[in-house]
Amino acid sequence: MLAVRDLQKSFGATRALAGVTLNVQAGQVLALLGENGAGKSTLMNVVAAGLAPDAGQVLMNGNVVHFASPSEARQGGVALIHQELLLCPHLSVQENLLLGLESRRLGVLNAAQNRARAVELLSRFPHLHIRPEQKVSDLSVAARQVIEIARALAANAQVLLMDEPTSSLGVEDSQRLHTLVKELSAQGKAIIYISHFLEDVRQVASHYTVLRDGASVAHGALADATDAQLVAHMVGRDVTQLFPTRSAMPGDVLLSCENLATKQGLASASLQVRAGEIVGLAGLMGAGRTELIRALAGLDPVVQGNVGGPNAQTLTHAGVAARMAAGFGFLSEDRKGEGLALNLSIADNTTLPSLPRLARRGWLSLTKQWDATAMQMQSFGVKARSPAQPVGQLSGGNQQKVALARLAQQNAKVWLLDEPTRGVDIGSKAQLYDMIARAADAGAAVLLTSSYIPELLGLCDRIGVMSKGRLVLMRDARELDAHEILHAALGAPAKENLT
Amino acid sequence: MTVATASALPQNVAWRAWAKRLGPVIALLVVVFAFAFATGAPDRYLSVHNLRVVLAQTVTVGVAALGMTMIVITGGIDLSVGSVIALAGVTAARVLHAGASPLLAVVAALGMGAFVGLLNAAAITRLKVIPFVATLGSLGAARGMAKWFANEQTVEIPPTWLNELAVTVPRQAAWLVAPGVWIAAVLSICVFLLLGRTVFGRHLYAVGSNEAAAKACGLSPNRIKLLVYSLAGAFFGLAGLLQMSRLRQGDPTVASGVELDVIAAVVIGGASLSGGQGGVAGSLVGALLMAFLRNGSQQMGWPTYVQETMIGVIIVFAVALDRVRRR
Repeated sequence: MLAVRDLQKSFGATRALAGVTLNVQAGQVLALLGENGAGKSTLMNVVAAGLAPDAGQVLMNGNVVHFASPSEARQGGVALIHQELLLCPHLSVQENLLLGLESRRLGVLNAAQNRARAVELLSRFPHLHIRPEQKVSDLSVAARQVIEIARALAANAQVLLMDEPTSSLGVEDSQRLHTLVKELSAQGKAIIYISHFLEDVRQVASHYTVLRDGASVAHGALADATDAQLVAHMVGRDVTQLFPTRSAMPGDVLLSCENLATKQGLASASLQVRAGEIVGLAGLMGAGRTELIRALAGLDPVVQGNVGGPNAQTLTHAGVAARMAAGFGFLSEDRKGEGLALNLSIADNTTLPSLPRLARRGWLSLTKQWDATAMQMQSFGVKARSPAQPVGQLSGGNQQKVALARLAQQNAKVWLLDEPTRGVDIGSKAQLYDMIARAADAGAAVLLTSSYIPELLGLCDRIGVMSKGRLVLMRDARELDAHEILHAALGAPAKENLT
Repeated sequence: MTVATASALPQNVAWRAWAKRLGPVIALLVVVFAFAFATGAPDRYLSVHNLRVVLAQTVTVGVAALGMTMIVITGGIDLSVGSVIALAGVTAARVLHAGASPLLAVVAALGMGAFVGLLNAAAITRLKVIPFVATLGSLGAARGMAKWFANEQTVEIPPTWLNELAVTVPRQAAWLVAPGVWIAAVLSICVFLLLGRTVFGRHLYAVGSNEAAAKACGLSPNRIKLLVYSLAGAFFGLAGLLQMSRLRQGDPTVASGVELDVIAAVVIGGASLSGGQGGVAGSLVGALLMAFLRNGSQQMGWPTYVQETMIGVIIVFAVALDRVRRR
């Protein structure tokens, strides 16, 4: 239905697309795989968002097409569903669904007809109980994702391009989305599904195309390719070992909490993390993982229980600054919103919490700041022109390395990491795992959350599972498997309760 | 200000960074030379006397722009500048009128400015009113206070050394330009160093660029805002003092609408109203650019409506150009 022939596109000296060819049939789900920077987003923008290619063609049903804008693409039957959801948060669900496609007469909205259309569209996703008059800002991320998809259906899209649709969804919502994708393909839609998660891709897609350095390097049926082969195509070499081997023996308790609760949705959690240990937190969206990390970091006030830091200091009511002084470091799950100051330099971002150490009586030493940043960049393999480059210009993986380098620069003894590898390509993931493992080996206590269970099993020494605001299980990672974790996360009674 | 040292950057990047910084300077030079030739008398337009006039006219807006730059970098804005200039001027004039020492008048003007700034910051951080609205309120309130303090008329002041601060031609020839211009120059260097070379300065950029991230790094955005609005308020107070000095009286209706000139100077100088960007050099160039435009139009004998229209258009184009450059 949609075919792309030898597409090329350069931005200045950068060759974003260097010959991409792919094909997707009606009723087929094609997985588009590739590291960040491989050209997936550029490809999507050329196909559906009005970016003009330098060479090559896009064909719909055998005819060469060029859509000058996203709205032309929508009219032509191609809809792009963005990774960063593009909805108007202040408008209602109905207004968002029909934006630009409203039924009207002489410019006056036909309320009844619009409502009927919105109800019909939403009726295809009954489990979410979304009402047309609800405000989009009141909806969960999963529901917003569905609104985006429904909007594409409103335009009668034949080809759906989905960019990392599950990157911000929990396990349960991802499953629902996969079911939905399969239904849509069964109805004859052609779907291009971009994802980093090979497990995801295997659930929904039948075929794959791999992009590397802007060129399509491999394609075929997913059933005929192993994960190792796919990863090798993506990174251009064998990733022999994704997770680092670690040796450190656990030392003193650096982080502890008992019966911790906050108003933000943490009901009760007790845990201890020792020096040299990596402890992971699993759970569904809204299970309280982020809330636990934030309570420990001092961002949400504690209403019950207590928090202890290195040397058994009591930090229950200490603020963020006091906890940082005690050795805590925090990485937000929201890299753009809360993690990095995007228009500031790598140097400013890396040294933000540790500036006073690089200064004398408030007077900053730019040489020290520069050298410290350059050292961290080298140590963590941050790819950038110089420490002065704005962090917003880096790829997602490199941004995340800068965010983690901040904790190293801080000499943090307790690393609180909320979704440290979210939205990061597989090559960078391996490097982030390595950074985290090195911190633990150097004597840090690491507590991290992840929605990706294989990652927790591969990286962590112990894994805790959260459900409905409570930490319901904590066990050695070697004694757990994905099934058991999911079981506990869904709130089923655990066989053993070791907290 | 970035931490870049030119030697550590690849050639083309260093070039682009310079082009970005020099953009407003080039615009300034274009305006100056265009008027120099348009007036048909370049030697008069570029004469020492005319330059003194322009500098003496810029000094109020320039000093206020220093304070505004700091506020805009944190992602805020202060619309009350014009009213605070009047209020601080009237306050100083009352102090002088009562026969107190000029030094006390200086303290009163700066203190009044800082006090209004503190109130603005309190409304922003405690009452959670957005800066635009909080300072829109104090724009009205401070103007009202100024009229009240002055009994709705100008306040005469006795001759003191304060009256010499913003004169066009300084009494001592060795000064070359008015003492107020030197004060503005020294303060510019101080703010330049504060922004680029101190922990507090870097924290201002961090808060403006991403407040949530700053908070997560243990910074206290509220404390920083309290400090920056108060400090900027003191700058506005000083601008008010300079204004009073130039007029040689405390006038409660003076500097109405000046907030737009001050904000325009900062924005033309490359600051972003969404925060995290901006610098002293740019803001000063912005202030000078507008002063030369005004002065040039006067010399050309153009009516004020031409000036006003032109400045309005230039503000929009200067910022539009900046956005294109950034792309």
